[in-house]
Amino acid sequence: MFLAQVHVTYKPSILDPQAVAIKNAMHRLDFDEVTAVQQGKYFEITLKASNADEAENQTEAICDQLLANPNMETYRYEVKELANQ
Amino acid sequence: MMKFAVVSFPGSNCDEDLYYAITDDLHETAKIVPHTATDLSEFDVVLIPGGFSYGDYLRSGAIAKFAPVMTAVKAFAQQGKPVLGICNGFQILTEAGLLPGTLQHNRQMQFICEPEPLRVENNQTTFTSAFQDQQQITLPIAHGEGNYYCDEATLTQLRHNHQIVFTYQNNPNGSVSDIAGITNEVGNVLGMMPHPERAVETIQGGTDGLLVFKSLLKAHLRTV
Repeated sequence: MFLAQVHVTYKPSILDPQAVAIKNAMHRLDFDEVTAVQQGKYFEITLKASNADEAENQTEAICDQLLANPNMETYRYEVKELANQ
Repeated sequence: MMKFAVVSFPGSNCDEDLYYAITDDLHETAKIVPHTATDLSEFDVVLIPGGFSYGDYLRSGAIAKFAPVMTAVKAFAQQGKPVLGICNGFQILTEAGLLPGTLQHNRQMQFICEPEPLRVENNQTTFTSAFQDQQQITLPIAHGEGNYYCDEATLTQLRHNHQIVFTYQNNPNGSVSDIAGITNEVGNVLGMMPHPERAVETIQGGTDGLLVFKSLLKAHLRTV
């Protein structure tokens, strides 16, 4: 079994009004050091695969077809093998 | 009689409005088709309604694009038959790759529900031939994610092919180039954020929306 940890975020060119609102809230809390906020989605996917390459390929396909919209989002992931339970 | 399919996903909420706009106001036939349907060949037009299909989980339209009926919608569109997606329907059509671009959160993070002044940019389509060129109309909008986005190359193509059909007169949501509705390159698939089905009787505040459905009827009568 493998665990894929996937992050999906907006491309830098995309305006993210939620992130702007969050940054403004941080400034209201006097965290004036904050210069930028990016918000995204995080997924943990447990999947069966015979090896790490296969698990990565599956994760890549899932991101491409479902988790991210390539028009406005990018993704990155890490895949690790889970100890036998 | 002309036959309209109104596709209903779990979470669609404008399906019945469309049904009544077609039957009571256009006086043609309509059938609400479930998301599990696999054959749309009996219909002349497919309508994808507004709402929150699958609760807008993940992204609006992201789950609906895999519903069984969408394979049939793609086949229907490939045959050159008209497909109209309204609001969430527009979002689903972009996610499914039937229309370019994407609908982002409104610039100001507010859900907007207002009558909105629009301009008909192209009245030479299956969906707009009953309008005058550059006609100024008013249709209700009701969305939180209606901010149309596409890259520069796509926008150039949209302009070049006259795919921009409706624009906002006072851009309410941050859409690129004031875009409120676009067609695909061939012109048989239209996506629009405003709701024509909510402007078909005077009691609703206006009847500009009825002209979208009358245009479809006009195009249909030319082909039969």
